[in-house]
Amino acid sequence: MKTMDHDFAITLDVGTSLANHTGSWRTVRPIYVHRLPPCNDACPAGEDIQGWLSFAEAGDYEAAWRALTKNNPLPAVMGRVCYHPCERACNRAHIDSAVGINSVERFLGDMAIAKGWRFTPPAQKSGKKVLIVGAGPAGLSAAYHLALFGHSPTIHEAGPAPGGMMRFGIPKYRLPRDILDAEVARLADLGVRIEYNSKVSDLQTTMREGGYDAAFLAVGAHIAKRAYIPAGEAAKVLDAVQVLRSMEGEDKPLLGRRVVVYGGGNTALDVARTAKRLGAEEAIIVYRRTREKMPAHDFELEEALEEGVMMKWLSTIKNVEAGAITVEKMKLDEKGFPQPTGEFETLEADSVVLALGQDVDLSLLNGVPGLEMMDGVVHVGPDMMTGARGIFAGGDMAPSQRTVTVAIGHGKRAARSIDAFLRGETFASPPRHELASFDRLNTWYYGEAPKTMRPMLEIARRSATFEEVVQGLDENNALYEARRCLSCGNCFECDNCYGVCPDNAVIKLGPGKGFEFNYDFCKGCGLCASECPCGAIAMVAEEI
Amino acid sequence: MTQAKTLQPDEARQKLKFYQKGTFTVGNRLVSEDERSVQASEDRSNALTSGHRACQGCGEALGARYAIDAAMRATDSDLIAVNATGCLEVFTTPYPETSWQLPWLHSLFGNAAAVATGVAAAMRVKKKKTRVIAQGGDGGTTDIGFQCLSGMFERNDDVLYICYDNEGYMNTGVQRSSATPPAARTATTPAVGPAPGNVFGTGKFLPKIAVAHNIPYVATATVADLHDLERKVLKAMSIHGARYIQINVPCPLGWGAASCDTIKLARLAVESGLYPIFEAEHGRVTSARKIRKQVPVRDYLKLQKRFAHLFRDGVDDPRVARLQAICDAHIAEYGLLGDEDEA
Repeated sequence: MKTMDHDFAITLDVGTSLANHTGSWRTVRPIYVHRLPPCNDACPAGEDIQGWLSFAEAGDYEAAWRALTKNNPLPAVMGRVCYHPCERACNRAHIDSAVGINSVERFLGDMAIAKGWRFTPPAQKSGKKVLIVGAGPAGLSAAYHLALFGHSPTIHEAGPAPGGMMRFGIPKYRLPRDILDAEVARLADLGVRIEYNSKVSDLQTTMREGGYDAAFLAVGAHIAKRAYIPAGEAAKVLDAVQVLRSMEGEDKPLLGRRVVVYGGGNTALDVARTAKRLGAEEAIIVYRRTREKMPAHDFELEEALEEGVMMKWLSTIKNVEAGAITVEKMKLDEKGFPQPTGEFETLEADSVVLALGQDVDLSLLNGVPGLEMMDGVVHVGPDMMTGARGIFAGGDMAPSQRTVTVAIGHGKRAARSIDAFLRGETFASPPRHELASFDRLNTWYYGEAPKTMRPMLEIARRSATFEEVVQGLDENNALYEARRCLSCGNCFECDNCYGVCPDNAVIKLGPGKGFEFNYDFCKGCGLCASECPCGAIAMVAEEI
Repeated sequence: MTQAKTLQPDEARQKLKFYQKGTFTVGNRLVSEDERSVQASEDRSNALTSGHRACQGCGEALGARYAIDAAMRATDSDLIAVNATGCLEVFTTPYPETSWQLPWLHSLFGNAAAVATGVAAAMRVKKKKTRVIAQGGDGGTTDIGFQCLSGMFERNDDVLYICYDNEGYMNTGVQRSSATPPAARTATTPAVGPAPGNVFGTGKFLPKIAVAHNIPYVATATVADLHDLERKVLKAMSIHGARYIQINVPCPLGWGAASCDTIKLARLAVESGLYPIFEAEHGRVTSARKIRKQVPVRDYLKLQKRFAHLFRDGVDDPRVARLQAICDAHIAEYGLLGDEDEA
């Protein structure tokens, strides 16, 4: 090594400070972590919402759709009928308003249909056959995931068309049938077989004859609950299941000019709004409790009220005659239960539709050993397996909140368990990350931006037709909406850690690769963790 | 039911580029490389490299790298830095090591501006295009180096002088400087007696003194707004003549704050109005950075032990209100409230 000619009083060569490893000062060290975004945590279908939004925000819609459909094969349907618990959990609501996840999902689903995107079939077939009973959301979801695992699922559907309650329960103005058909056709294209008008009445026989290795039951809950109401001979009393189902046939139900719907759930609203569209002048929902206690979702009630549906709170129907009903006023006691007051009132009504909930037809399970029923549904374990080995169940016939999204989640979970079962294993969910709660974020770095509301059909138009009420986003506002995602708990490569480190101890690995700490120089000041917008850095104590 | 404010699609498109989650971050994977900050680049010069001996979470180390990296990009790395005595000099160059990745010169505490003037003259004589930056802390700038600096301004020498203002003599043990804020505890203004901490004097805000010299460019900046800081350095390097930038750089040690709060403190200093961020050209203030989310100065003071005596026994000292009055006066003087787009 060449020695420098030193000036007067200089004895050492100049060296770089890189020789001074300041990492030795550190008592805490930063590490990159993944935390569970609240949207993903809340999604009953187990979607990686943040994951697919990150593709969407970069404008790569096909990658976004592919990431989305890893967990849910029906995004166009879901983007219309899901009650989006993700949005209620969204951290962005603390800043301005929640990200419009549901509307972006619909945008991606619609784009996939328009562009004809198809699922990638599995590389290998397992040769295993799985019987699925019911082509509703749970059955379709299970079939999809089983097909992707390489198994051969066959759906036996009692009805003439796929979709279950998505077709026979949800009105067209919320879910156009061409959308449902397009997404089911894509599943058939993947290799999911569906046999229509093929009711399974004896499960064991069907399984034996078909040579099935396992079964997933998802027959739904299609039997309307009844309540005893004294009714005159000429009184017209129908049930909601029957009314909504007959909307799919040639002969629309005749409800008359004044329709009373009895019940407080989303189905009651669906019936009342359907009645308005069929030409009823008055559609009145009679419910025994108050708006706050109503199980229906508030936005659906809001839409119904906008369309002119009327509400009769704190009332029970005592008697139905031709052309009129008698209701009794109720009041809530201290525990919040409705109690009769003895005050009566007469309402004009050409028909009464009961929307009091649904029961499951469990007759196909007769004689299957080991099955347990509880409260009219089939008991299942966390793996969705019933008491009978190899027989799984989900959707409305298992304990559930009875939404499409929950059913899709059941289908996925059951498919994973069935796949493990067929390989002689037990499926274990991977451990969940710690929740990326709002206090983990540094929200300074996010701009304010309100949610893009989906344009609504004019109220006048929608109360007379079955056109879709909520319209979709276009590409501009879908992109905008996707970019409102905060990426809670997971690095989105904003370069903040790389920029704010006073010691240049963050190494940038390049697009998509993230960052790494250089512990030779990191002094453990914690600035990177403080200034990380999304809470993807944790400080942990050094072992000293 | 509360309704969110609805944006028209056109409006949404217009605001798209502003309202991404990367609006205020160092980088943003959704915009092109040249729209990102210098600090976001893997090719930044890291003019002040690793291994320096600044404290954990040092705001000055951060501010110096931000500023010099931007100047390196502006000059294609044809740059010389002259340094006053102070933390920045001491922690980067303990003989025989250096953290500087550019030609760098240190002479005395008070003469950085004069030495830089000489270097600029030498470059002119040698017909070189090399640009010159002088830099120092607030002690070396507002107190000890003030005469040399004023001369450099008045002669309009072709030097950018950058002051990293951490509001005291931190290197020598946290003594008061003329940039120390009122009421702050330092080693020479202890928190004892009837008026603890630094005096409420008349103030000596050097950026205004620089403006009064009518030099081509004066700006204040903060480590809490990197984009603004880099823009100002790049702008300063596009101008010849005497220029002055003062950057607020919190000092965890001297201010008695957590090392992870350095940027947060800088942000609160700006958002409370205590540290006005503006720029001036030829003697006139031309723009001010608007406060985005206004906070009471109390939020800023509370995080620092040097102001702990203002909050004893759970009661706010009346001097908190006097500090707030200073913020309010800045807000009025520089027009710090309102919409950024209207600026």
